[in-house]
Amino acid sequence: MAIVFQKPKALSDVPLHYCPGCTHGIVHRLVAEVIDELGIEGSTIGVAPVGCAVFAYNYFNCDMQEAAHGRAPAVATGIKRANPENIVFTYQGDGDLAAIGTAETVHAAARGENITIIFINNAIYGMTGGQMAPTTLVGQVTQTSPYGRKVEAQGYPIRMSEMLSTLEGPSYIKRCSVDSIKNINDTKRAIKKAFQNQIDKKGFSLVEVLSTCPTNWGLSPVEALDWLRENMIPHYPLGTYKDIDAEQKA
Amino acid sequence: MAKRDRLSGNEAVAVAMRQINPDVVAAFPITPSTEVPQYFASFVADGKVDTEFIPVESEHSAMSACIGAQAAGARTITATSANGLALMWEMLYIAASSRLPVTLAAVNRALSGPININNDHSDTMGARDSGWIQLYGENNQEAYDNLIQAVKIGEHPDVMLPVMDCYDGFITSHAVENIELLEDDEVKAFVGEYNPDFYLNDRENPISVGPLDSVSHYFEHKRLQAEAMKNAKKVILEVAAEFEKLTGRKYGLFEEYMMEDAEIAIVVINSTAGTAKEVVKSLRAKGVKAGLIKIRVYRPFPVDEIVKALKKVKALAVLDKCDSFNAAGGPLFTDVTSALYGRADGIKVINYIYGLGGRDVKTDDIEKVYERLADIAKTGSVGEIYNYFGVRE
Ligand SMILES: Cc1ncc(C[n+]2csc(CCOP(=O)(O)OP(=O)(O)O)c2C)c(N)n1
Ligand code: SF4
Repeated sequence: MAIVFQKPKALSDVPLHYCPGCTHGIVHRLVAEVIDELGIEGSTIGVAPVGCAVFAYNYFNCDMQEAAHGRAPAVATGIKRANPENIVFTYQGDGDLAAIGTAETVHAAARGENITIIFINNAIYGMTGGQMAPTTLVGQVTQTSPYGRKVEAQGYPIRMSEMLSTLEGPSYIKRCSVDSIKNINDTKRAIKKAFQNQIDKKGFSLVEVLSTCPTNWGLSPVEALDWLRENMIPHYPLGTYKDIDAEQKA
Repeated sequence: MAKRDRLSGNEAVAVAMRQINPDVVAAFPITPSTEVPQYFASFVADGKVDTEFIPVESEHSAMSACIGAQAAGARTITATSANGLALMWEMLYIAASSRLPVTLAAVNRALSGPININNDHSDTMGARDSGWIQLYGENNQEAYDNLIQAVKIGEHPDVMLPVMDCYDGFITSHAVENIELLEDDEVKAFVGEYNPDFYLNDRENPISVGPLDSVSHYFEHKRLQAEAMKNAKKVILEVAAEFEKLTGRKYGLFEEYMMEDAEIAIVVINSTAGTAKEVVKSLRAKGVKAGLIKIRVYRPFPVDEIVKALKKVKALAVLDKCDSFNAAGGPLFTDVTSALYGRADGIKVINYIYGLGGRDVKTDDIEKVYERLADIAKTGSVGEIYNYFGVRE
């Protein structure tokens, strides 16, 4: 029988542990396809976060280092500075990147480290069972905001891409979503550019991917995609927030 | 009037927190302690407490917020485990040296790395010299009782130190057991109001908390801190006596189990004591004079009392659910042997490291420890002092 569809080579042949309908799996695939297409499997090193993607080292077919919660950009900085020829990426959730690891994120960006960051924003701490994240939307119900996030008590959700794009350091910052085929394709293009930038030594690139957590949102996978479209995209507009290539052309 | 209920350790601790009704809770989730602030968040949302609940962005910030709140005169509680506790490290020392009696539910989990979410004591054992009082509990009831007592111990004017209520991740934190709860008003009356002598924005007594303390006074302040830890022992016993009056449940610095005439004994901490007591019972039925000591108060360490309790023992094994990587033995072993040194020199003492990263602890394992102790008691020959059980070599 002819093989019409297969896993990218950069993904190992083991079942993913993610919940049904979780978009972590889609983003894993996109990263792996990009690694295949750029032919960088042999030189890529990934840094896994703490969060639902903690087992990323089991899935990406490249050397991986596990970082403590939030420290991935600093660990990646170390790897990249020691081996500038390697392609180094981190894969982090919003708790990892935008809560406990905010300092590492901001300072790696400010230094313009030549690394690639894949940032999964699902507006919740998935792994620990659905507590409020800095990215949780106002009114969103979580385990630690059982009647919805209230501005008076818990403030406003952070827009990381917008915030980081105010820095001179980053070369590319884009927010995408994996709620539709079109947006998945867009996300892949963004991830590819974020890796290509590193190959071209252009510096810090970050792709924020709006993702679902059906389990902790308490929704079916399909409802979760609708929820993402109806609630997350209005607050977290998709688009390119920084692109030095475009700036240079302008 | 006591109420009987069935709760997990984390639920029980969250209920204790509701009953205490602290002014501030600042926390960041980490398995297996996550449920404590999570249950508590629902009490806050349902208006069952008056607490300011702050879901901060990291444990470092959680402890910092607790330090700020406690300095501002608020009663403050938080919870964490493993790497969360490690991330609090800097602030643990500052809470203790600033004499801020923050209360922390420390749900024991193996400290990375490698990453592991299961139970051992490498997290709180590492914080043993941070200046915090450490209470350890075998089960849900003790985790609940210790939290309530912790508040009163830490806030005592002769102490004014932060307190950890340590209990085993999953084994105690998640397993549901029968428990006796106090009435809400009994807990409130027991802990009373928090009225520190000094707090921020007291117009009559302006203060600075945590200023630079250079060569001229730093040492004296550390000396006072050491004295507070010594005072804590007496206060812990006073609070326990008062708690016993209220509940009938007796707490000391440690529990002695069949120690009156014991010739061989083990010293152990937390839930393993439950497993080990079963072994002691069965050995006793066979006429073996076995006993057990379960440490409740690890900081301050009850040196004189431990010596008194162990004096007549011939052979002793100290069980550490944590290694020290000092090439000599675990932390509890070091403390017990240094207590015995010069005070009860005849006792043969060995150490076992066990259960790291949640490795199951079986009665068989503990039986073998007692068998070896019986052999040492008989022959007088100790052999290897620093041992492991339950590990593939
Ligand atoms: C120092 C420290 N604090 C807390 C934790 C517990 N923890 C594990 S995963 C997680 C949140 C992960 O959320 P996110 O990064 O959004 O990833 P997701 O699971 O949603 O993919 C937390 C708080 C930890 N491992 N280490
Ligand atoms: S908990 Fe949420 S983020 Fe984690 S695997 Fe499940 S659906 Fe995905």
